[in-house]
Amino acid sequence: MSLLEVKDLKTTFKTGQGIVQAVRDVSFSLDEGEVLGIVGESGSGKSQTMYSIIGLLAENGQIDSGSIIFDGEDISRSSFKDKKSYEAKMSKIRGNTMSMIFQDPMTFLNPVLKIETQLIEPLLNHTKMSKKEARAKALDLMRLVGIPSPEKRIKQYPFEFSGGMRQRIVIAIALAMRPKLIIADEPTTALDVTIQAQVLELIEELKNTSDSAIIMITHDLGVVAKLCDRIAIMYGGKIVEIGTDKEIFYEPKHPYTLGLLSCIANPEDDSDKDLTPIPGSPPDLLDPPKGCPFVDRCAKAMKVCKNYGPEFKDFSPTHRCACWLNDERAVR
Amino acid sequence: MSTEALLKVKDLKTYFDVTKGLFSPKQIVKAVDGVSFEVKENETFGLVGESGCGKSTLGRTIVKLYEPESGEIDFNGQSIATIKGKALKNYHKEMQMIFQDPYASLDPRMTVGEIIKEPMIIHKIYDSDKEREERVVELLKIVGLKPDHIRRYPAEFSGGQRQRIGIARALAVDPKFIVCDEPISALDVSIQAQVINLLKNIQKEMGLSYIFIAHDLSMVKHISDKIGVMYLGSMMEIGPSNDVYHRPLHPYTVALLSAIPIPDPEVAKKKQRIILQGEIPSPINSPKGCAFCTRCQQATERCRSERPKPIKVGERYVSCFLYEK
Repeated sequence: MSLLEVKDLKTTFKTGQGIVQAVRDVSFSLDEGEVLGIVGESGSGKSQTMYSIIGLLAENGQIDSGSIIFDGEDISRSSFKDKKSYEAKMSKIRGNTMSMIFQDPMTFLNPVLKIETQLIEPLLNHTKMSKKEARAKALDLMRLVGIPSPEKRIKQYPFEFSGGMRQRIVIAIALAMRPKLIIADEPTTALDVTIQAQVLELIEELKNTSDSAIIMITHDLGVVAKLCDRIAIMYGGKIVEIGTDKEIFYEPKHPYTLGLLSCIANPEDDSDKDLTPIPGSPPDLLDPPKGCPFVDRCAKAMKVCKNYGPEFKDFSPTHRCACWLNDERAVR
Repeated sequence: MSTEALLKVKDLKTYFDVTKGLFSPKQIVKAVDGVSFEVKENETFGLVGESGCGKSTLGRTIVKLYEPESGEIDFNGQSIATIKGKALKNYHKEMQMIFQDPYASLDPRMTVGEIIKEPMIIHKIYDSDKEREERVVELLKIVGLKPDHIRRYPAEFSGGQRQRIGIARALAVDPKFIVCDEPISALDVSIQAQVINLLKNIQKEMGLSYIFIAHDLSMVKHISDKIGVMYLGSMMEIGPSNDVYHRPLHPYTVALLSAIPIPDPEVAKKKQRIILQGEIPSPINSPKGCAFCTRCQQATERCRSERPKPIKVGERYVSCFLYEK
């Protein structure tokens, strides 16, 4: 049985300009211990999908429909009778069996609390540990994420740490309860290349030594190629293609996936050939296209793409893609 | 194309005084600490390094947004380092800059037309407003925007389009040289390629030279003829981009390159990385010897006390004692 099962998730935001349809019918599943990469550009809905799952949507956002089954439990918004009971349930899960690593450690860490207070908080909240036990555990966690001289560092404040070290603290907090699922939202985007390499190495070690599943949200295809077992490509609030790392990189089926792969520079390639950019810009989710979200930028768009959303077609048990090109019914 | 370099930078230093309070000890950030390199006509010089290495400060000093502490900047045979007033204004007609943040670098209260026209007015390039307007329309077409965008405000454009406006503004005075300071870092992947291709095409058509500053090594390698690798204010290695990428010499370049995630699962998952321990030291108390000595696995006593000079190895310059003969 899978650890996480998301079905037809729809999330919208009320804004001054109207309703933004940030997540539009997203479905996927995740097995225990698996690393799934969610790739997409800004505004593709990748972060909001995850915030919907972990119950951290902003005030103006709401889950309209869809089901989320996590660890055998139904945590869909619709399965709770009111907001209060939903929040109560989610705060039991958050930081416990499901935790999150954020892009910017400085906005996640509380600047006026010592690292110690922030590290033991999940332990005190979710277990019956005494403060002393929690502190010992916190020191272990700091060692685990490779922070030198933890006894001294635990008494310091976030501003006394560098960017890479702060991100390690955030990871330590996320790991505190040995969660079954860790959602990492662009965990290395704010870091320098050599520091990014250190953090990626740490995440890879976690992947090999713990049985936590990881969902990695990123726009960096290099990072996904390095870490992920499976990859989902999101565009315009939808998953357009999902498959194993090799299926996505070597046999991409969706024109957007193809476009994404050919517009990045591979440093191993010495030829002077131009990159192939995707023309245009992403759709406005205040008023998303009726059919396929990629229709306006797709070189292979047909008449049907404009008005009807494509259905998923399976290419292998792990690889599926939603594009009319793979549908015999489409008139070419 | 002449073989003589268009821009020559020699032993350039840019320092910032960050002393806090009247009686505290003097604290100097050596943001750029003795950097030399040359850029030829039509060439793209890629400048890479991590945050705080001084790459942007170097770029800004070359455009003279910062005053250098010492050293020489020669542009087109003319010494630039100390010029002021009219000479500086003339220099800016040849030397333009594109900024990282397309949101902060365009005045939100000016229309696109006004933004692009402004440098023409400052440098008195055309006589009438009509001519300027025509030129703006031409520039908009060059950078892939529509002529009717001229009356719109920056807020109505996406990040990629704003960067195009910034490029059009830089091109307005027909410069010879543009310093591009992380022009694609704030953009989405699919938009980055659009801007890179645009910069390449403009270069081909107008015969421009670029300094291309970025931390995305893959993109820098793609666009640059030569690459300079900076660390803590010093230039560690300079060379043709393919050479530097495939056969890095300086231990820092080796580590930096091995840290790039390659967008190919088979290569990426097999790749052995050199994980640098520790962090970049503060440029306030930078090491006395080689800037990299605190993190270098091959560092010796000498590296800690003496700063290595650039050594010529083939077509390359490396600042490391390992390559001394």
